[in-house]
Amino acid sequence: MLSIAGTEFKSRLFLGTGKFSSSSVMADSIAASECQMVTVALRRVNLDNPEDDIMKALSTHEYIFLPNTSGARNANEAIRLAHLARAASGSSWLKLEVTPDPRTLLPDPVETLLATEKLVKDGFIVLPYMNADPILALKLQDAGAAAVMPLGSPIGTNQGVLTDSMIEIIIEQARVPVVVDAGIGAPSHAAYAMEMGADAVLVNTAISIAGDPVAMAAAFAKAVEAGRTAFVAGMGQRSKQASASSPVDGKLSSDLGFLA
Amino acid sequence: MFQSPDYKQLGKQIRCSTPADVKHALITKRPDLNDLAALISPAAEPYLQQMAARSSEITLARFGKTTQLYAPVYLSNYCTNRCVYCGFSADNLIKRKCLTLEEAEKEAMILHDRGFQHILLVSGEAENAVDVEYMEAIALRLRDKFAAVSIEIQPMSTEHYHRLFLAGITAVAVYQETYDRDLYKKVHLSGKKSDFDYRLETPARVAEAGMREVGIGALLGLGDWRAEGLAIGHHLHWLRKKFWSTAFTVSFPRMRPATGEFEPLERVSERNLSQLIFALRLFDQDVGLIVSTREEARYRDGMLGLGPTRYSAGSCTAPGGYGDSDGDVDAEQFSVGDHRSLDEVSTMIREKGFDPVCKDWDCGFQIADI
Repeated sequence: MLSIAGTEFKSRLFLGTGKFSSSSVMADSIAASECQMVTVALRRVNLDNPEDDIMKALSTHEYIFLPNTSGARNANEAIRLAHLARAASGSSWLKLEVTPDPRTLLPDPVETLLATEKLVKDGFIVLPYMNADPILALKLQDAGAAAVMPLGSPIGTNQGVLTDSMIEIIIEQARVPVVVDAGIGAPSHAAYAMEMGADAVLVNTAISIAGDPVAMAAAFAKAVEAGRTAFVAGMGQRSKQASASSPVDGKLSSDLGFLA
Repeated sequence: MFQSPDYKQLGKQIRCSTPADVKHALITKRPDLNDLAALISPAAEPYLQQMAARSSEITLARFGKTTQLYAPVYLSNYCTNRCVYCGFSADNLIKRKCLTLEEAEKEAMILHDRGFQHILLVSGEAENAVDVEYMEAIALRLRDKFAAVSIEIQPMSTEHYHRLFLAGITAVAVYQETYDRDLYKKVHLSGKKSDFDYRLETPARVAEAGMREVGIGALLGLGDWRAEGLAIGHHLHWLRKKFWSTAFTVSFPRMRPATGEFEPLERVSERNLSQLIFALRLFDQDVGLIVSTREEARYRDGMLGLGPTRYSAGSCTAPGGYGDSDGDVDAEQFSVGDHRSLDEVSTMIREKGFDPVCKDWDCGFQIADI
């Protein structure tokens, strides 16, 4: 079972809560996805207000509530928001997002590392959103990140896992769980990330702007499960050449004792 | 500094666009300024449906099924400028008023109680009434009560903008009104605003000062609306390259009836305005597009999800207008076209399958000492 900072997760699908047409569609989608980790932009909620529309729709006892610092341009802003969120919610979980370019929302590697170092010291469970940079993943891990969240492609683009060769390296090297975040636009993309050996995926836009977000959330749940099962089952090697599924020389090996 | 392109040349370029240019602009992955010219040209008019569809797709992908809501708070209608089109013009004999800090806070809190979390502080341009100290004091009073406080006041220095940023102001809107230098001179008779270049350089000063968001735009009804659209595209493009960590919005206020005898110099139809909005959305996928209550309810309902990302609601354009329900209509900057309340506009947005978003920022981003 997936374990992050000592908490176990049956589902390997995490959901974002932006761009939904209403809080009730969001809540129904979360339920259909059976996910156990839900991230919410601190800019969108008022944690001090018990009547907050989004917070009221979230049943935080059913999943881990993972506030994120979306909108922060540097480490200081992210750190400040994190402390405000913890003071209001009592939870130390944090998805760290430091995105100085409001167009691409690509993560700033330098500021993300600085913020991770500080927030880990302050006792947060930090899950940093990062570009698919293997060295940065190692440094974030050394700084105490509870998981790393490399992007598959720019956020909101639904382009899928374009950074797969880098994510493969990250998966191979990491001691902490690897959650592929951003750019996953279809259940097949999620399945692909899971087949590669990602520990989980985080999906938002592909579900929230789908024609039927609730049905799409269920589709993602199945894809993530299928991808994970395939990874555990052991995927066959990819090859550019055709190879027969019942090789004739398979029998030869049993005749030769040293190959049997 | 940004060099405003030759306005007449822009008009010429637009008129030279062909249907083939429009088709190219509709399918190209990254439309450039030439594509923008084609999209706002007369040649693009038969393609308005396709433009709307593409604009809607892009807006949905980038902003989701959401529309942000805000309301203006008019602080003062004192003005030292003489602008022929504006109700606040120094020449107009209207009841002048500048809210005290207490009055301003009271007005803002009326909006707060109605559910607004994003507000825009607006004033005429009179530095003896509204200066940086006054704005700073208001910002400090409001910054922990609202998620985002923006301003639309006279252009300031970078240093003053930075002071206001530190006091909690998140965004500044400053519209060029017209990018036609000659026409600008004709409609801005006197006052500080008559300096075309100082105004044109203001968005850059705002961004330099560290503000999150800068709003640019042109007042439709003065010059050639197509050329204004292309000039805005140039300005936006330049600002994007120079200030990559600043967010930008564009607004196309269409001239509304106001005190004074002024009649719009150019008629800009809803169809024209829509073409401009779709073209801008195709040109820049991430720019915030604002449609205020200047536009009528029917039009705003129809445009929801097709390109605009932010609406104002329940607006009153006279200082003190929220607390004083039978206020003086002569004190308004202009008369609004959509009179619905925040609740009514939110209901409409929900009925269209969108989420009315009142909070999309947090004061925690910039208040270092809370």
